[in-house]
Amino acid sequence: MLSDRDRIYTNLYGVHDWRLASARARGDWDGTKDILARGRDAIIEEIKSSGLRGRGGAGFPTGMKWSFMPKETGGRPSYLVINADESEPGTCKDRDILRHEPHKLVEGALIAGFAMGAHRAFIYVRGEYYNEYRNLQAAVDEARDAGLIGEDACGSGWAFDITVHRGAGAYICGEESALIESIEGKKGMPRMKPPFPAALGLYGCPTTVNNVETIAGVATIIRRGAAWFSALGRPKNSGTKIFCISGHVNRPCNVEEELGIPLRELIEKHAGGVRGGWDNLQAVIPGGSSVHMIPKSVCDTVLMDYDSLREQRTGLGTAAVIVMDKSTDLIRAIARLAAFYKHESCGQCTPCREGTGWMMRMMNRLVEGRAEISDIDLLEQVTRQVEGHTICPLGDAAAWPIQGLLRHFRPMVEQRIADYKARSAARLAAE
Amino acid sequence: MNDMTEPAFSFDDTSEALIPAIIAKYPEGKQASAVMPLLDLAQRQMARQTGHAWVPRAAMDAIARRLSMPSMRVYEVATFYTMYHTKPVGRYHLQVCTTTPCWLRGSDEVMEACRKAAEADGETFSIEEVECLGCCVNAPVVQVNDDVYEDLDGPRTEDLLDRLRAGDVPPPGSMIGRQNSAPEGGPTTLFNVGGGKQEGGAE
Repeated sequence: MLSDRDRIYTNLYGVHDWRLASARARGDWDGTKDILARGRDAIIEEIKSSGLRGRGGAGFPTGMKWSFMPKETGGRPSYLVINADESEPGTCKDRDILRHEPHKLVEGALIAGFAMGAHRAFIYVRGEYYNEYRNLQAAVDEARDAGLIGEDACGSGWAFDITVHRGAGAYICGEESALIESIEGKKGMPRMKPPFPAALGLYGCPTTVNNVETIAGVATIIRRGAAWFSALGRPKNSGTKIFCISGHVNRPCNVEEELGIPLRELIEKHAGGVRGGWDNLQAVIPGGSSVHMIPKSVCDTVLMDYDSLREQRTGLGTAAVIVMDKSTDLIRAIARLAAFYKHESCGQCTPCREGTGWMMRMMNRLVEGRAEISDIDLLEQVTRQVEGHTICPLGDAAAWPIQGLLRHFRPMVEQRIADYKARSAARLAAE
Repeated sequence: MNDMTEPAFSFDDTSEALIPAIIAKYPEGKQASAVMPLLDLAQRQMARQTGHAWVPRAAMDAIARRLSMPSMRVYEVATFYTMYHTKPVGRYHLQVCTTTPCWLRGSDEVMEACRKAAEADGETFSIEEVECLGCCVNAPVVQVNDDVYEDLDGPRTEDLLDRLRAGDVPPPGSMIGRQNSAPEGGPTTLFNVGGGKQEGGAE
């Protein structure tokens, strides 16, 4: 198990004050000026060699992403945009950073912004996180008043400021180009890529979008060194991660652990085990609602990191672990997610706009069993026609949970249909 | 409430005092970015003035004029995002999450309690079934205006609604006394860090 001294988020649960004085006592803003003095390239090198991968779901190497920012911009400003539009069902990790560790995010934003040549960062906080936004805004204001950001951030000579922008209830704005559109004052509809944001992002300027947890860890990684971070976790899956363990466990919680921790150990050590014991486990969605569920037989041994989960054709995603015991109607659990994606589709691309509604209606029928066996294959085919045929990954995200259900639990769906047919036949016979 | 005629709207002094700083948060010439915060500001002003948080058409027009953008662009934004209400909501707007993590922990009971309260008194309570609120390890949850109440079940939801009805708004957060997102009964980590710094590099 990860030792307490290797945890980045020492105030994850809000036991301590989140304000500047307490954050400083816990080590934030310690020698930030010296970090900046190392220079842009050295900071990016350090992050590259730490092995940090994006914590928002896709797992792209962070240092490499930063290095895509052009050094010559033709007079255009460069922007860092931080994605705090946390809305993936099961996920509530950034919430704890925003409300209990906001200074880690503000300091990380300065370092990351400096490394990519940005004088301004935008932090996009989902609208429902109102109290979390207030803490973050207060932390930004404290940092500005203390000269940690502003005209001469930390006395480094680098001007840097942060704008906190609130969303207003749209999952799609967690997609980076929709988020950019939203900051520009438009509907949150994703843009075609290319051009990628590093070339043409916010206000047509070079932009990098990073997740909250990615940026909030940066200062600690640089202070303690790339070697420290990369020694944690597993090769190519280095460091620590906040896991959100929800659903049918005895004590749901957030916890920071090492990447590569066995799923079973994570659940039993920190979340009090599966309700009714490990053998009462039916399935787990290991990385937020968009990834394939895995049955107990996989849960028995799987490790919680990007590559181990990918080998099982699922994903670490946001590391939101949704646990479902044997009492769960898995078809209904996935039907509810289908309703989620239908609600959140922005409507721009036809396969997603029409497909999410169709998939939801078919899933609702399968909950009852009111379908033909051949409809299962039809549903599977429709998910394939949505997947990969849309501008943004929401279409994929809507398809995968259903594919996961059919891949692992097809006999359950067939049984549901058979039961419905048997009931209908009995009713007819009685009439 | 629904047959209210469309009211007139102008920003009051409290709102006016905040607008310049909101617009100044964005680069020069990019004031359209302020459309979302101004919609929020208008909605909060309506709550302050009428007890019901919503954005009438006249407020969208006022925002369009203020930001020099076509009214249609403001309507588009106001209707795209679910948190802007184009009709009045109750004094307490109950946003019940029923997405899978909350459903697994019993959001059906929470929904039922809220539905009854809203049916009995639509002036005080309005109800909206919402998608994931991002508080999943404290499920099930309901958001009441700006505050999230967590770790609910049927009876605890009824208690919460009774208190709100009496004007006794409880502090937000866990309704079973948990320390935020820590496991119930106490954390399994972070015993050895206190409030102090962590030093040292790789070992």
